[in-house]
Amino acid sequence: MSAKKQSTAPAQKAPAPKAANAPAAPAAPVAKAKNVNVHHLTRVEGHGNIVVAIDKDGTVQTCRWEVPEAPRFFEAMLLGRSYTEVHQITSRICGICSIGHQLASLQATEDALGIRPSEQTVILRKLSLHGENLQSHLLHLGYLVLPDLLGVDSVIPLAKTHKKELTGLIALRRLSNEFCQTVCGRTTHPQRLIPGGMAKTPTVAELRELRQKLADSVDGLKGAAALFGAVKDKLPAFQRKTEYVGLVAHGEYALYWGQIGSTMDRRKPARFYRDITREYMVPQSTAKWSRNMMESYMVGALARFNLNHEHLSPLAAQVARDLGLVAPCHNPYYNNLAQLVECVHSTEDSIALIDALLTRGLRREFPAKITPRAGQGTGAVEVPRGILFHNYEYDDEGRIVQADCVIPTNQNHGNIQHDLDEMVPGLAALSEAEIELRTSMLVRAYDPCISCSTHCIDARGLEDDNPRGVIFVRA
Amino acid sequence: MAKKPKIAFFDFAGCEGDQLQIANLEETLLDVLGHVEIGEFREVRTGGKGPYDIAFVEGSITMPKDEERLKAIRAESKTLVALGACATIGGINCMKNFLGPGVYRPEVYGDRARWYETYDARPLRAVVPVDAEIHGCPIDRDEFLRVTKELLLGKKPWLPDYPVCVECKMAGNVCRYEFGELCLGIITRAGCKATCVTEGARCWGCRGLAPHANMDAARYVMEDRAGRSRLEVQDLMRMYLGYTSTTL
Repeated sequence: MSAKKQSTAPAQKAPAPKAANAPAAPAAPVAKAKNVNVHHLTRVEGHGNIVVAIDKDGTVQTCRWEVPEAPRFFEAMLLGRSYTEVHQITSRICGICSIGHQLASLQATEDALGIRPSEQTVILRKLSLHGENLQSHLLHLGYLVLPDLLGVDSVIPLAKTHKKELTGLIALRRLSNEFCQTVCGRTTHPQRLIPGGMAKTPTVAELRELRQKLADSVDGLKGAAALFGAVKDKLPAFQRKTEYVGLVAHGEYALYWGQIGSTMDRRKPARFYRDITREYMVPQSTAKWSRNMMESYMVGALARFNLNHEHLSPLAAQVARDLGLVAPCHNPYYNNLAQLVECVHSTEDSIALIDALLTRGLRREFPAKITPRAGQGTGAVEVPRGILFHNYEYDDEGRIVQADCVIPTNQNHGNIQHDLDEMVPGLAALSEAEIELRTSMLVRAYDPCISCSTHCIDARGLEDDNPRGVIFVRA
Repeated sequence: MAKKPKIAFFDFAGCEGDQLQIANLEETLLDVLGHVEIGEFREVRTGGKGPYDIAFVEGSITMPKDEERLKAIRAESKTLVALGACATIGGINCMKNFLGPGVYRPEVYGDRARWYETYDARPLRAVVPVDAEIHGCPIDRDEFLRVTKELLLGKKPWLPDYPVCVECKMAGNVCRYEFGELCLGIITRAGCKATCVTEGARCWGCRGLAPHANMDAARYVMEDRAGRSRLEVQDLMRMYLGYTSTTL
């Protein structure tokens, strides 16, 4: 498979006039023209390309983040499906965030059908979200980001050079998988989460064992924090004023529920998510883009940290201080560090949640009885990569009339482009390999989950009240 | 020692959950990697070139351009393995086929639909010959290890030819039909240890039809015996089994 081969229809309209919007490059004397074409960026989930062209005067001609992933039409596939299986279908949007998609889907369904799950169910769901957060963040940090920081092409050579650190990270990740297995029944596309409750609950003995393992893993997390603390100088010091959007809730580090918060805007209830996401389409990408107060905004671990850092668990706050992560942080590369802080928070908070569950006693509950009815509902959940929205409208038989899923990476695509626009001119003096590394690391820092971000939404209604419409990025 | 076989991973339209299962092998993955050379594994590393001894391909074919790329992979690979439901049976992606492009394209992209290329989703074997299949959504990690070992030893991988009900009985589950629920375990190929039923759900049919599945009897059980409506049965059958020649 030729890596250079272009294989994307909308993306092929090169070169884009994007550079016209980019700030003028500092006139660094550059000996020759530079071209960086990362076709199918590696160590991310899904397909994305980075195209950078700098001419011999050091002026940026092209600087583009492209998403050519095959569209999968999830919103269309949901049409006419029954509320009993919608969460199982949307789960398949993404292998890594399958739990988050199920939870957002269940919230939307329960909102529409007027179901309130029990407190025990909510605790178990919060636990499963923590489990997924750990799974995803550790995969990203250990397997996808660490090789960049240690200057190798993948995690495989690290098995020889950094055996101790790597086995520590692998042990943590194995635990996160066991965590999800215990709570949800499977690590990917779990089967226990159903509308109105849980199809099966973990036993007291399983929860006790999990609690013990989580408590034992704290030392490993401290080790990981020390490892990243030692190599964090490798993260470029790049800052850009950015709007951060994420869930906020009273008295907790909001993950499972809350209102939509922003560092630049008022709080809004989740059902008004369209006022914030305002999706639009660009030809260079099969995924849609978003903007709110500024040209783009960022969601994810860093956004959550900036909005909710006061509610971090004690050890997580300590780790953040040790890593030098201070809110508000405007360096997108530090999203990696925020993820590490969240791993610690998720572990500590999970221990507290398991304690709460064991103290109040694990009950055998039957899922709430559901009578289908017509209605509309929204679910908003913080998944590893940021805030995720599902919105469904049901008919009176409980079948979907309209579905809308807004995925975190979609909301980040515009911000990735704007970060690149601002950063690339400053890189003109560097070698091609160095530019490639810096831009790739930037995209990886966002932990983009491109395969899910391309399942886009019905935008017909949105275009009318979106006066700027679509940006044409064609020559 | 003989040269290590070169393996590679590729993906098309899908959630990449199957490659994730391989990453989830954790320590065992490092053992496997000791016996092979990784040619391409975009999700995990940078770089890589063919030809390959074994290519694992995940995801469905959903655009004419995908066909070109898949054929190129096929030409460079001695053995091509379809990984996961999207690749083996078309899976969830095939649900859109029942809507028709006139519906699903504008539903998602509005009047900008012509910008984006797509056609009916299909499994790999609809485009190129496939040498082995690892079923499931997501795949079973133990089954992946077993099939990979068999391929590395030059054997033809073994697949269960009996339905999920066999494994479900071994797992000691109460039959879903006893609860008046639908379940596709009666016609679906086994190999998953009936995990979905064990965890409280039903069989969704993600591993495809078992060989010689008796569809008439299945319909009798689901519609006449369990008393579920034609529409409910059709919904379930079309979720994963959309790309089969049986009437759905």
